[in-house]
Amino acid sequence: MALLEVRGLEVAFPQGPRDEALALRGVDLDLDPGERLGVVGESGAGKSMLAFAILNLISEPGRIRAGSIRFDGRNLLTLPPAEIRNIRGNRIAMIFQDPMMTLNPVLTIGRQMVETLQAHRRIGWAEARKLSIERLGQVAIPTPESRFDSYPHELSGGLRQRVVIAIALLTDPEIIIADEPTTALDVTIQAEIMALILRLCRDHRVGLILITHDLGVVAEVTERLMIMYAGKVVEEGSTRQLIEHPGHPYTRGLLAALPQRVARGQTLNQIPGTMPGIADLPAGCAYHPRCERAIAGCHINIPVLEAHGSRRISCFRPLLAGAEA
Amino acid sequence: MHILAFLIRRLFQAVIVMLIISIIGFSIQDQLGDPLRELVGQSVSEAEREALRDRMGLNDPFWTQYLRFLGNALGGDLGTSYFFKKPALEVILAKFPATFELVLGATFLFVSASIPGGIYCAIRPRAWLARFIMAGSIIGLSIPIFLTAIFLIWIFAVELGVMPSFGRGETVTLPWGWRTGFLTRDGLLHLVLPSISLAAIMLPLFIRLIRAEMIETLSTEYVRFAWAKGLAARRVWFVHAFRNTLLPVVTVGGLQIGTLIAYTILTETVFQWPGMGFMFLEAVKRVDTPLIIAYIIVVGMIFVIVNTIVDLVYTLINPMVKLPGAQG
Amino acid sequence: MLSARAFSRRFLGDPVAVGAFVIVVAVGAMVLSAPWLAPQNPYDPLQIDLMDAEMPPSWMPGGDPRFLLGTDEQGRGVMSTIMYGTGISLLIGFGAVVVQSFIGISLGLIAGYRGGWIDAFLMRLADIQLSISTLMLAIIAMAVFSAAFGPETYRDLAIFMLIVVIGIAEWPRFARTVRASVLAEKKKEYVDAARVIGLSPGTIMRRHILPNTMTPVLVISTIQVAEAIVTEAALSFLGLGMPVQQPSLGALIRSGFEVIFSGSWWITLFPALMLMLLILSINLLGDFLRDTLNPKLRRGED
Repeated sequence: MALLEVRGLEVAFPQGPRDEALALRGVDLDLDPGERLGVVGESGAGKSMLAFAILNLISEPGRIRAGSIRFDGRNLLTLPPAEIRNIRGNRIAMIFQDPMMTLNPVLTIGRQMVETLQAHRRIGWAEARKLSIERLGQVAIPTPESRFDSYPHELSGGLRQRVVIAIALLTDPEIIIADEPTTALDVTIQAEIMALILRLCRDHRVGLILITHDLGVVAEVTERLMIMYAGKVVEEGSTRQLIEHPGHPYTRGLLAALPQRVARGQTLNQIPGTMPGIADLPAGCAYHPRCERAIAGCHINIPVLEAHGSRRISCFRPLLAGAEA
Repeated sequence: MHILAFLIRRLFQAVIVMLIISIIGFSIQDQLGDPLRELVGQSVSEAEREALRDRMGLNDPFWTQYLRFLGNALGGDLGTSYFFKKPALEVILAKFPATFELVLGATFLFVSASIPGGIYCAIRPRAWLARFIMAGSIIGLSIPIFLTAIFLIWIFAVELGVMPSFGRGETVTLPWGWRTGFLTRDGLLHLVLPSISLAAIMLPLFIRLIRAEMIETLSTEYVRFAWAKGLAARRVWFVHAFRNTLLPVVTVGGLQIGTLIAYTILTETVFQWPGMGFMFLEAVKRVDTPLIIAYIIVVGMIFVIVNTIVDLVYTLINPMVKLPGAQG
Repeated sequence: MLSARAFSRRFLGDPVAVGAFVIVVAVGAMVLSAPWLAPQNPYDPLQIDLMDAEMPPSWMPGGDPRFLLGTDEQGRGVMSTIMYGTGISLLIGFGAVVVQSFIGISLGLIAGYRGGWIDAFLMRLADIQLSISTLMLAIIAMAVFSAAFGPETYRDLAIFMLIVVIGIAEWPRFARTVRASVLAEKKKEYVDAARVIGLSPGTIMRRHILPNTMTPVLVISTIQVAEAIVTEAALSFLGLGMPVQQPSLGALIRSGFEVIFSGSWWITLFPALMLMLLILSINLLGDFLRDTLNPKLRRGED
C-alpha cells in the first residue's frame, strides 16, 4: 500500500448564500515511500489547494467536502486535531512558494527552527539549536551559527528558501510537499535550489510532491507526473512517458509551450484561451473550449480517468498513436 | 548604536514640534486680551498705560516678545494665573496626577479587555459571541463619551446610590508631592465610574483595530507556514500572529493619545474630576489666559513625549527597524 | 463598480441598512417639518412660561398633556427643543462635512496629482493633524474663540464657527482617501491619453479623476457626518458650542445634566436618545456603504 493515498478529494468554496463551487473535483493521488511525484498545471488548477488539503489546512470559508486522505494507513480527515498536528510539519513537511513571505519577520531564524522541533519532540534549547545549525549546514548555508540568530530580512531570497528547506528537513519527514519552491526566486538560483531539493530527497529517501506550473522543472526531478486542469487530474503516469508521448491534449499543449522544446526562431505555442474559474466551468470536459481535438461529445459528458496501459488519461480522444506499449 | 541615532533624530523632531506649539501658544496669548487689564484698574490714564506697556515690553516686535516668552517658558515660567495668583505651571502640575491616574485606570481597563476581545473576534469571526462583540462595538462607538458618563452617574450614583458621583475622594500625598487616589478605598471607588467612561469609548475602537489587524496577519503566508509546521494553535495565534499584530496596533494606538486627552476633558467635566481638563474649561470660562496657554503647552509636551515613547516601543518590537541597512 | 440594481438588491436584503435609512429619513422629515409640527417654538420667548419649568413627561404624575416629553428648566417643551435642536445638530454636521470635503478633496487632488514636496508636506500635515485629534483641536480652537470674542459676539457666531472649526479639523480624512484614488487613477491609460491630447491638469482632474474618487468620498462623508455631529455635541456639552438659547442636542444634554441630580432625568434622557439613535443610524448606514461599495475594505473586515 502507498504511504499516502488520496481518494475522491473534493474541496468546496461557498458561492453566494447557498451554492458551493468545487476547487478540487474528486482528486486521487498515491505516493510510495521515497517516491518523487510532480503535480503540474496552470495557476488556478487546484494544485496548491491539493497541497493544503493533504495537511488539512484549507482555510475558511473553504472546506473539504468529500474524499479521504490516508497516510500510513490512517485517514487524516477524521484524526483528532492533536494527532494531525503531530503529522503536520513532522512526518509531512511543506515548502512554500515565496521565501520572502514564508518566514515570520519578527522572529529569528533560530526561534522558528527550534519551535518546530519543540512542537514535535521533547528537546531542550541547546540540543535543538545544535540540530538546527546542522540542518542549516546541510542546505549549504554559509556560517550557519551566525545565521541561526539572524532575522529573515537580513537574508537574501535564495538563502531564505534554503532556511525553509532546512526547517522542512528538521524532523526527518517522510514526505515533503514543495509548492512552486523556485517560482519566486531569481533564475540563476532556481536551478541550485531545485538540485538541493532533489539531492536531499534522494539522500534521505524522502517522498516529494513537487507542485509546479513548469513541466521543464519536474522533468529533471520527478519519477511520476500528475497533470491537473480545473480541479481534476487529466493525466497521470511516469514522467518519461508523459513527456515523450503526452496522452492528453492538455499535456501536449503544456509541452508545446515550453521554451526549451521550441527550436530557435519558432514561435512559442501557447494554448489559446484561459482556464475557466471554478465558478463558471463549462459543461462536459472542462478543457474542451481550448482543445483542438474536441468533438461533439466533449461538450456534454465529463470524461473519467481511465487506464491506458501503465498510465491513466481522462479524455475521449487521447493521443495514443501506437506509442503505448 | 542605531538606537542612539534614532533617539537623537526623534528628540530633534520633538524640539521642533514643541517650538511650533510654543509659537501658537504665544500668538494666542498675544490675541487674548491685554495683561494690563488684569494689572491696573480703570483709573489709570491712557498715557500711563502706554508707559507701562513700554516698560513691560508689550510694544516690542512680535519675535522679540516671543523670544522673551520662550526664554521664560524654558525656565519653567509660563506666566501667572489671573485667578489663582500662582504660577500657571504650578497650578497645572498640581492637577496632573488626577488626570494621569484617570488615564492610567482607563488604559488598564480598555487594554486588558480589548486584547482578548480583539483576538477572539479575529480567530473565531463566525462565533455568535464575536458577532455580538462586533455589533456591540458599533453601538459603543455611537455613544458619545459624555453620555456614557452621564448614564453611569444616573444609574449608579443617582438611582442606586452605590457609587460616588463626583470628585476624586480621599487622596494621599506622596513624599514627592504627588497626590494619589490609588491608596485609599474611597479614592479607588471614585476612580471606577470615570475610568469606565473613558475606557468605554476607547474599547470598541481598539477591539475593531486589533481584530482587523489580526485577521490581516492570520491570512499571511508566514502564519500558514506556522500551521504547516504543526505548531500548537496557541503558539500560532499568540507568538506568530499577535506579535505582528502589535506593530500596527502600537502605531495606530499611539495616534489615539490626542483623542484620549480630549476625552479626559469631557470625562473630567462630567465627574468634576479635579484634573487638568476640568481646570482648562474653568480657565476658559474665566478667560485666565496664562492658564489656557500653559495647558496647551503642557498637553503638547505630553503628546510629544508619548509619541516618542510609542516610536521607541515600535522600534524595540520590530527587528526590521532596529537594524537599518544590515547585511542582506 | 456596482450597478444601481445590484446595489438596491443588496440594500433591500440588509434589514439593518434599511432600518437605519428609514430612521435617518424619518429624523430628517421631523426636522424639516418642525416649524409646523412642533407643539411650541422654543426660540419664541412669548410661547415659553417659566411656570411650566421641569414638568415630567405627560404620562407621569404631575405631567401636562401639552408637553409629551416634559419640559426643561426654562419651561420649554422637551419634544419641541429636540425637534429644533436635532435640526441644528444636523445642520452643523452637514455643514462641517461640506467644508471638510471641499478642503480635503481639493488638497487631496493636488497632493495626488502633483506629488513631490507639496504631496509630502500636505500628507505630513495631515498625519500631525490626525494624531492631535479633531476633538482636541476643536476644543482648543473654540476655547480660544470664546475667550477672545466674549460671550455676546460668540453666541451669534457659534454656529458658523462650529462648522468652520470642525470642517478644518477633519480635512485630512478626505484628502488621504482622494489622494489614494488619484494615485490609483493616475496610473491608468485614460489619464495618460488625456495628457497626451493636451488637456490642462485642472481639466484632467475635474473631468477624469474626480468622478472616479466619488465612491470612497461618499462612503467617508456618511461616517464623517456622524463624527461631526458627535464633535459638535461634545463641544456644546462643554459649553464651547451652541448657546442655551439656540440649543443643539449637545447643548440640551448639557442643560439637562445640570439638573439631573434633582431627578429631572427626562431633560437629559430624550435628547441623549435622539443623539444616539441618529449617530448609530448614520454609522450603520456608513458601514453598509463601505462594505458594499468598497470590496477591498470588505475583505479586510471579514
